Amino acid sequence: MIPTVIIITVAVFWMLKLAPGDPLDLLLAGNPDISPEHVERIKKLYGYDRPIYEQYGRWLWQVVQGNLGYSRIYHRPVTEIIPDRLINTLILTGSSLIFSLLIAIPIGVYTALRQYSLLDYLFSFLSFFGIAMPVFWFGLILILFLSIQLKLLPPGGHYSLEREVGILTVLRYSIMPVIVLSLFSMASWMRYMRSGMLEVIHEDYVRTARAKGLAEGRVIVRHALKNALIPMVTLIALSIPGLISGAVLTETIFSWPGMGRLIYDSLINNDFNIAMAVFLIFAFLVAFFNLAADILYAFIDPRVVYT
Amino acid sequence: MQISQVSLAVLEILPRGASEGIELLWRLIRAGRRGTRAFLWPFCALELNPGEWKEGGEVALCEHLSLAIGFISNIIALGIGLPYGAAAAWYGGAVDFVLIRIIEIINSVPNLLLGILIISVLGPGFRNVLFVFAVTGWMGIARLVRGQFLSLREQDYVLAATCIGVPNYRIIIRHLLPNTLSPIIVSVTLGIPGAILGESGLSFLGIGINPPLPSWGRMLNDYLSAIQSHWYLAFFPGLMIALAMYAFTLMGDGLQDALDPTK
Repeated sequence: MIPTVIIITVAVFWMLKLAPGDPLDLLLAGNPDISPEHVERIKKLYGYDRPIYEQYGRWLWQVVQGNLGYSRIYHRPVTEIIPDRLINTLILTGSSLIFSLLIAIPIGVYTALRQYSLLDYLFSFLSFFGIAMPVFWFGLILILFLSIQLKLLPPGGHYSLEREVGILTVLRYSIMPVIVLSLFSMASWMRYMRSGMLEVIHEDYVRTARAKGLAEGRVIVRHALKNALIPMVTLIALSIPGLISGAVLTETIFSWPGMGRLIYDSLINNDFNIAMAVFLIFAFLVAFFNLAADILYAFIDPRVVYT
Repeated sequence: MQISQVSLAVLEILPRGASEGIELLWRLIRAGRRGTRAFLWPFCALELNPGEWKEGGEVALCEHLSLAIGFISNIIALGIGLPYGAAAAWYGGAVDFVLIRIIEIINSVPNLLLGILIISVLGPGFRNVLFVFAVTGWMGIARLVRGQFLSLREQDYVLAATCIGVPNYRIIIRHLLPNTLSPIIVSVTLGIPGAILGESGLSFLGIGINPPLPSWGRMLNDYLSAIQSHWYLAFFPGLMIALAMYAFTLMGDGLQDALDPTK
């Protein structure tokens, strides 16, 4: 986990250093009178004259001490900017993860049990459509109908802008982003759940459970569903990076102040410290979820043994 | 006209899902320019100046560009992924370990972020967008090829070929590759809509294809501010993305069923 994160930060650091425009360009553009000696002095002061690996070493050493640097566009330390944004993104991705699981699993199970029924066809059509629908377009349609035509929900922004923040305002602001972000994962998990369940339901142990006279509900939940859920754990862990990608787009449409928007702004404006910090955090998040999936996998499936 | 004959022949062979997808796609390509103009025309004639409805043609050109990005980037991805996966599976051991770790590391960076990072280094533009999807697309294929090769290598006919002294490269080309072909075709077909969606996502953020070349995602972003008065300007480019995605997903799914020998 740690080596992966370190290799990612090395690669990102190197690529960002390759990007055109270093922090001094802005300084030079804003001040035509600056002399070459001054430029050299400032370069030396910030360590830009050193080789890349030494600059990386310094950055890493500072990060280990808990100092993520200073943002050039926000003029505040990165450690002050990140927490609020991180919480907003975690709220968005976390609730859409839970929301899509809550919808996808029951529907997947139902469509597997009633294969080739009318609802099965309907849901499989909807899931195809959910996969095909671009996140930003779906968001646009929702904004058009729910906020502009019906004036039910605010078209974007964050609940902290409201004078009173209650559970209702939080819901009003986050319901559209969560639905938009969930759409893709919901649609694909629905299909995986359906096929996983279909596979399990024809197994011998399900027939055995039925044969010994267990109630149908108990057969489905205790014997079939439990086994069908095992591959879902890996699938969910693997979809975390995709969810973060989707969050970048969702946050852009709904002007949700989260990490996705932050990293886009920082990369476009060449805000080095913020970009590094966000990549570091995302790398940690993904590595953490992969680890969690491995542990969970061994926990729910006793056949898996790690050596 | 050769292409249409080929596609008709393909339509007859494939089962319903795949042929529906191909047909939809084919219509999308053929009717592209005229069709999208017809879509936009009623609205344009009502409210816009004649100068402004060139956009109808633009919607159609985007589809050519998106398809080009989808196809080319997936062919490049195939070119990287196939030898990569084959090498990992064939040599095994330490080589396999390192190659798979590399894939895991690249995979753990969200694709869109990797795209934004590469674009911020290389700058936006058609070629760089292609590069982004070639870089983000090959890992899936490499994993697939590796998995297939690992299971095929244990088959008896490979052992037999080794016993009678067939050289390695010949075993790979004559025995392993043909058996891996169908999942690869499916994976590439499903990779194309991914690249199209990714391109429109990057363009939506304003860092995809450069302005003189049109892009659905960019048009959507451009007209987002006019959504209250002219909703259809942003609506139809998005609909076109969704239709293209739907057609390819349907085709990939149909191919998967058609090429699966166990069904």
